[in-house]
Amino acid sequence: MTDLIRRTAAQLADALAAGETTSVEITQAHLDRISAVDGSIHAFLHVDAEGALEQAAASDARRAAGRPASGLDGVPIAVKDILATEGLPTTCGSKMLEGWVPPYDATVVARLKAAGLPILGKTNMDEFAMGSSTEHSAYGPTHNPWDLDRIPGGSGGGSAAAVAAFEAPLALGTDTGGSIRQPGAVTGTVGVKPTYGSISRYGLVALANSLDQVGPVTRTVLDSALLHELIGGHDPRDSTSITQPVPDLTDAARLGATGDLTGVRIGVVKELGGDAQGNEGWQDGVRQRFQESVDLMVGAGATVVEVSCPMFVHALAAYYLILPAEASSNLAKFDAMRYGLRVLPEGIVDPSAEDVMRASRDAGFGDEVKRRIILGTYALSSGYYDAYYGQAQKVRTLISRDFDAAFQQADVLLSPTAPTTAFKLGEKLDDPMAMYLNDLATIPANLSGVPGISVPGGLAEEDGLPVGIQILAPTMADDRVYRVGAALETLLTDRWGGPLLDRAPVLNGASS
Amino acid sequence: MPHITRDEVAHLASLARIDLDDAELDHLAPQLSVILESVASISSVAGDDVPPTSHPMPLTNVYREDVVVPGLTAEQALSGAPASEQQRFSVPRILGDEQ
Repeated sequence: MTDLIRRTAAQLADALAAGETTSVEITQAHLDRISAVDGSIHAFLHVDAEGALEQAAASDARRAAGRPASGLDGVPIAVKDILATEGLPTTCGSKMLEGWVPPYDATVVARLKAAGLPILGKTNMDEFAMGSSTEHSAYGPTHNPWDLDRIPGGSGGGSAAAVAAFEAPLALGTDTGGSIRQPGAVTGTVGVKPTYGSISRYGLVALANSLDQVGPVTRTVLDSALLHELIGGHDPRDSTSITQPVPDLTDAARLGATGDLTGVRIGVVKELGGDAQGNEGWQDGVRQRFQESVDLMVGAGATVVEVSCPMFVHALAAYYLILPAEASSNLAKFDAMRYGLRVLPEGIVDPSAEDVMRASRDAGFGDEVKRRIILGTYALSSGYYDAYYGQAQKVRTLISRDFDAAFQQADVLLSPTAPTTAFKLGEKLDDPMAMYLNDLATIPANLSGVPGISVPGGLAEEDGLPVGIQILAPTMADDRVYRVGAALETLLTDRWGGPLLDRAPVLNGASS
Repeated sequence: MPHITRDEVAHLASLARIDLDDAELDHLAPQLSVILESVASISSVAGDDVPPTSHPMPLTNVYREDVVVPGLTAEQALSGAPASEQQRFSVPRILGDEQ
């Protein structure tokens, strides 16, 4: 049974198709793993053993009747707790939504169910997806399976840790400024932020509408492609949903897995850790692993050009104005009237709706959410709007122009996913700016809408912790991140003699 | 350099309908100043000729056919309500004494 949890989703799908195992066996093996290790990882906020096993049994019945619903029918998945799941609690890691059970499914969740993937449970996250460490969850942090004293990244640390700890073969995340890719990088897993608009946001509790995107969290590039194809495509319920079909991603991943990169032009972004001279703040071990990946790709036939995106240095500032502005507007809906927490203020007889709203929002939101709501309120207030929010929107245009110019020179852009490996829990908790700097390399893609992937790039020499390599492609060219990502994965795993996660420590309570 | 005072933070929190107590104000105000100082450089980056981007996709309006589709039932819509009465959300009084 232990063997089942270490298989990739593609391998599990093959085993199911060949009749070698059942969805109930696979699902039970993952539920057992969750029971064994999640006490120390805390990747899950809610585990739905009964529901998952019911869905697994239904999957087995479909398969026995010769009518599997999809290629991944019967392969279980974990879902970030920011996606609405009918009948399952959805808290967004916030006290504001403690115990809330949505009356509907997010479109991506409905697509998982229609494709027959049993849902194991809901994964931990920074409150309303605000954070880079999962420490801002109101329900306690998730721990990195590589070192339990370190952060698993954020905001989707729960999804990445669940996959890294073999508690789930697949997970869904959401990426607003790096919340899929950065957790992927620091846990040695794969995470993809698809092109903005290519995956429905209906039923995703919005952090920043113009930046949010749902995407896959997996252990291999091919698994991400399989999941991406399943959840992608137009949704009339999302007004920003692209009508063009999703490109063929599994074909691209399989092509890449040959390891051949002949004719592919790779752009190393000078401003994102690619400058040999400067780049203060980039950990040495991260840059070494990055250089190693570039060299391997050159050996596989790729050509490398250095590209400069001078406006990227302003991306962080633009992001931390645009995001709070959108978030402060979005979170206005938590008014204690229709759903969510309602707290009666102390010492007020017959309080008004506004009194109740103020007290509820103080009690229901954590520090980081309050910081960003206030910052957003400031950026949008009269007198400051032009200087901050308006300027940030202009910088967004300039960043997209940088991308356009860079993609004239290169087919994909390459950088480390995050400037450092996983830092210690608590280290940056009360220093918001230090925390924000971790998103430096991932934010430009969200501002511009382009797709990106983080692929495990090895372990940093100084601390033995995972490093992620980010690959970015032009809008709607998601197939390129899969092709190049799969090629890099092949080149590196060949060099290592097996997947990076084989080198992760054995977790307590687990037999392997 | 922009600097945000404790009183300004209190005012903004009030606009955002969050009751912050004194300890929270003492804690958040200096942090917000640091963040603002870090993002302030943005105000001199782009010239007047640069159009703003509010959204990564060049969309204006998205239309659909005006047809009725199933929505939530009243029971579903009220399922998360802190209080409800007669198929409606029940809320605290919305008018002040003087109104």
